[in-house]
Amino acid sequence: MSYIIVRNNETIPISSIPELDYPSFLELNVSSLIKAAGSHCVSYFGYQHAGKIRLVCCIANDELHTIHVSSSVANEGQSLPSFTKHNLVFEKFEREIHENFGIHYTDHPWLKPVRFPFNRSNKSMTVGDYPFFKIDSEELHEVGVGPIHAGIIEPGHFRFICNGEQILHLEIQLGYQHRGIEHLFLEKKKLLQRITLAENIAGDSVAAHTVAFVNLWESLNNYHPGRDLQLARTIALELERIAVHTGDLSAMCTDVAYQLGSAVYGRLRTPVINYFQKWCGNRLAKGLIRAGKNNYPFTDDLAEELTKLLDEYEKDFEEMSEELFSLPSALARFEKTGVVTVEQAGMIGTVGMSARMSGIKRDIRHSHPHDLYPELLHQPVIRDYGDVYARARIRKKEINQSIEYIRELVQNIQQGKQKITELPNPAPDSFTISLVEGWRGEVCHCAVTDEKGELMYYKIKDSSFHNWLALALSVRNNEISDFPICNKSFDLSYCGHDL
Amino acid sequence: MLDNLKILIHQGRQYIPDVTTAQVPGIFRGRPVISTEKINEAELAEICPTNAISTNPICIDLGKCTFCGECAFAFPNKIKFTTDHKMATNDRNSLIIKEGLDQAIELNPELIRKEINKYFSGSLKLRQVSAGGDNSCELELNACGNVNFDMGRFGIEFVASPRHADGIVITGPITENMAEPLQICYDAIPEPKIIILAGTDAISGGIFEGSLALNRSFLSKYKIDLYVPGNPLHPLTFINGVLELIKKRK
Repeated sequence: MSYIIVRNNETIPISSIPELDYPSFLELNVSSLIKAAGSHCVSYFGYQHAGKIRLVCCIANDELHTIHVSSSVANEGQSLPSFTKHNLVFEKFEREIHENFGIHYTDHPWLKPVRFPFNRSNKSMTVGDYPFFKIDSEELHEVGVGPIHAGIIEPGHFRFICNGEQILHLEIQLGYQHRGIEHLFLEKKKLLQRITLAENIAGDSVAAHTVAFVNLWESLNNYHPGRDLQLARTIALELERIAVHTGDLSAMCTDVAYQLGSAVYGRLRTPVINYFQKWCGNRLAKGLIRAGKNNYPFTDDLAEELTKLLDEYEKDFEEMSEELFSLPSALARFEKTGVVTVEQAGMIGTVGMSARMSGIKRDIRHSHPHDLYPELLHQPVIRDYGDVYARARIRKKEINQSIEYIRELVQNIQQGKQKITELPNPAPDSFTISLVEGWRGEVCHCAVTDEKGELMYYKIKDSSFHNWLALALSVRNNEISDFPICNKSFDLSYCGHDL
Repeated sequence: MLDNLKILIHQGRQYIPDVTTAQVPGIFRGRPVISTEKINEAELAEICPTNAISTNPICIDLGKCTFCGECAFAFPNKIKFTTDHKMATNDRNSLIIKEGLDQAIELNPELIRKEINKYFSGSLKLRQVSAGGDNSCELELNACGNVNFDMGRFGIEFVASPRHADGIVITGPITENMAEPLQICYDAIPEPKIIILAGTDAISGGIFEGSLALNRSFLSKYKIDLYVPGNPLHPLTFINGVLELIKKRK
């Protein structure tokens, strides 16, 4: 076998991942694995080991509910043929490997910096030196926006090439938010420090990233969480989805100047995040999810309060949504704006909502279910028009779905005495992969331990890593004035990308 | 039109009438109180993920605290997080909570520059710069202006351009890659101008302290006018802190 098949949150000995010579590794991944129906690349990374770079590629097969892991070894600064030449989904992963280790891909079409990390291979270039695509034309002009934007929003630089008001090309430069998180996972040894880091990867996806980390960590420690822990995690993920989707609908109304929608959805988000505060003392659920324990068990009282909250929320939410989705002036701005076609989405390997809006059935809750998702038998909400309208409708439908799931979950609460389990030590020389479907899409964490069971490498991938390119493609041929609504309709993470 | 009015009526009144006396719902972890009970101090300090707890006597530095509450779980009789959300101050030392003292955190009037009250007490426009912020403080700063908290009623608003701003609100631990844009933005704000550090990451680096990807040299150059702790900060912590800053006189 030239690869090993693992399940979500499975820990395997690192030695069980077959190590291929590079040509076979390339051939395997770009042909048989990625071309199989329902396949996409969830992570492809390199790490330093014994003076060489070990490359590990993880391709998920959504139909078989598996992840296919293979590996190869390269030298720092080596020249290699690229995966990207055969399939664009590897584009950014290879840029990242190039940036970190100086591996030169001879036939990569776009070998540009990803995030200017502090430990990059080529330090002669800084974040100000990004090589933008240029045009030499008297008719076209460039518009540069950022890194600091007009609102209260994270930094990133957008460079447009426009013909009058029409966008021909957008290039997005990120990296301003780089905090060195992956490296800090290795440096900070206490479990609580690592959980805190996971909570701070992206503050709008606290539940998604923290669940990914604790599921991975528990698997590495061969600890099986009880139903109470899994219940709390599943509810937290669905509540986070409701809260952020509602906030995004508010922001999308703001961007098309629909004041009522902006105010009503905005205020509907408040009770949901306040509920997190009642549950765990923090509006964004920081402090709620812990490995091997839960400081804030989900009780019958909490369940009753949540049911009441959702009943009240739903009434106002439906009333507002009915109005918004029948309002011609809003629909005129949503429909056929910022389209990503089914072909484009497949080509660049989008995940989460950004895949489902373009007809791709990709949802970890369905394909690689974890925690209590196997019970919920989740069916992804799919649209195929790929525009702002599709992204708004998916949010509306996913909120309805999340409400139903929570109602179902709170029917069966097992309250036990809070037991705090000391986790043993992580398994030595092991590899674990953890996938979670956050509200934005798939989050992937991978860990490699050394012979003492210490973390040797930690890899985080936020869904935004795949999806920023979808935003760049979606605005082509749109008016530049539609950029804000396109951007908000994706609502991608800067810090989740920059790490 | 009628539908819109109906929706409006169904929403009822959402704004908080008086933000200065408002209470937060639930089990908010606000200003902690440390009892004088004798415990194993080293064990307590060891729990903290950001070394916010110092010993002999026990102190918690809210500029470093991530408000995870784990210390209070381990030593419930020693440490209690109250729901007091008023934690903003202009004196870095006031953020250090000492054993046995249960005192409200306030601004030190001696440290407020006199031009702040003179120019900004009726209107304060702020430019926000996220410099490695994880988007949680940014979400809460946005919430300050929503229909619930409605900070705009006090003339306090976030603006799009530094040229229109009276000050800068920094979130995040300040990354190397944002150090220059932050400086450029600050320089573009006309004098007099204020600096607010919003959230634990901005005040001390938080969990990112010591990361080689940070560059916090900006902070050593200027006087900080307000520290707003929290991970993320609560909108009421921010609004009340800023109100105190612009209304309080020597």
